[in-house]
Amino acid sequence: MQCEDLADDLAATADGSVLLGRSERRHVEQCLRCQAELVQYRRVLRAMRAMRTEVLEPAPGLLADVLANLEAAGERRAIRSMIHGHKAAYLGGLAAATAAGAAGAIVFASRARKVRTAS
Amino acid sequence: MPHDVADLVAAARDGDREAFDELVRVTYTDSYTLALRLTGNEEDARDVVQDAYLRAFRGLKRFRGDAQFSTWMYRITANCANTHLGKRNKHRHEELIDSEPIADERPSSDPQLQADAGARRERLSEALEMLPPKLRQVIVLRDIYDLPHEAIAVELGISETAAKVRLHRARKKLREDLFPRRLEEAADAV
Repeated sequence: MQCEDLADDLAATADGSVLLGRSERRHVEQCLRCQAELVQYRRVLRAMRAMRTEVLEPAPGLLADVLANLEAAGERRAIRSMIHGHKAAYLGGLAAATAAGAAGAIVFASRARKVRTAS
Repeated sequence: MPHDVADLVAAARDGDREAFDELVRVTYTDSYTLALRLTGNEEDARDVVQDAYLRAFRGLKRFRGDAQFSTWMYRITANCANTHLGKRNKHRHEELIDSEPIADERPSSDPQLQADAGARRERLSEALEMLPPKLRQVIVLRDIYDLPHEAIAVELGISETAAKVRLHRARKKLREDLFPRRLEEAADAV
């Protein structure tokens, strides 16, 4: 087995996502170069994980900008829902008027029929 | 006003705007840190954070609560950063950076210096910044923020296999940059 055959697996071995087979393990046990690479991958990974707790402070003003943006978005949303609400009320009114008109027409037509039958 | 993030999320989902603002206050430095690591640029990071909170605000009803709010925000931030970098790349040809070696401007590759955790972290940050954005995004999300390959693939709009390949390339490049082989070792290997 050559070091190059293992190169792809060493990084994944460092984070435990790949387990080396028996022959690969034997190679690493005897190969200083692969051992060194494995140690280096582990060091990089440890340092990366340590970065998780670091916080990079933004320049002042970001929070205010984000909140202002949200405020504006909230207002736009409120206006949209108001327009939507007005539209619904308008359409509802229109439907009610149409229904009332239709009912009136039916009543009128039935009365006219009764008058005709009586005469 | 609740103080626990879960309570804030619940209140915000019920339409409490102040609760959402408080969520922003509690989490925005974390989101900014991720955005800066992904974009490598303060101005871009600010834009990404703005976009991310707008998207979160609009999509809060869809947040199921089975993940942590911070993880959900990381995913949104990663997605926004990817969109942002995609737009930026239309105007720039960053792929050229891919093949450029990382210049080692530091005084030495002294093992003692490398052993120092602070110095190594600084070198790591520099090396991360020098990575091509496509590789940097994947390694930051996987190795720092511990997002699963599947989530990384979804947020970056790539296949899981592509995410794994990029991760491997990024790790290899970082290791080579942080632990350059000495010339004599390289000569020995020939």
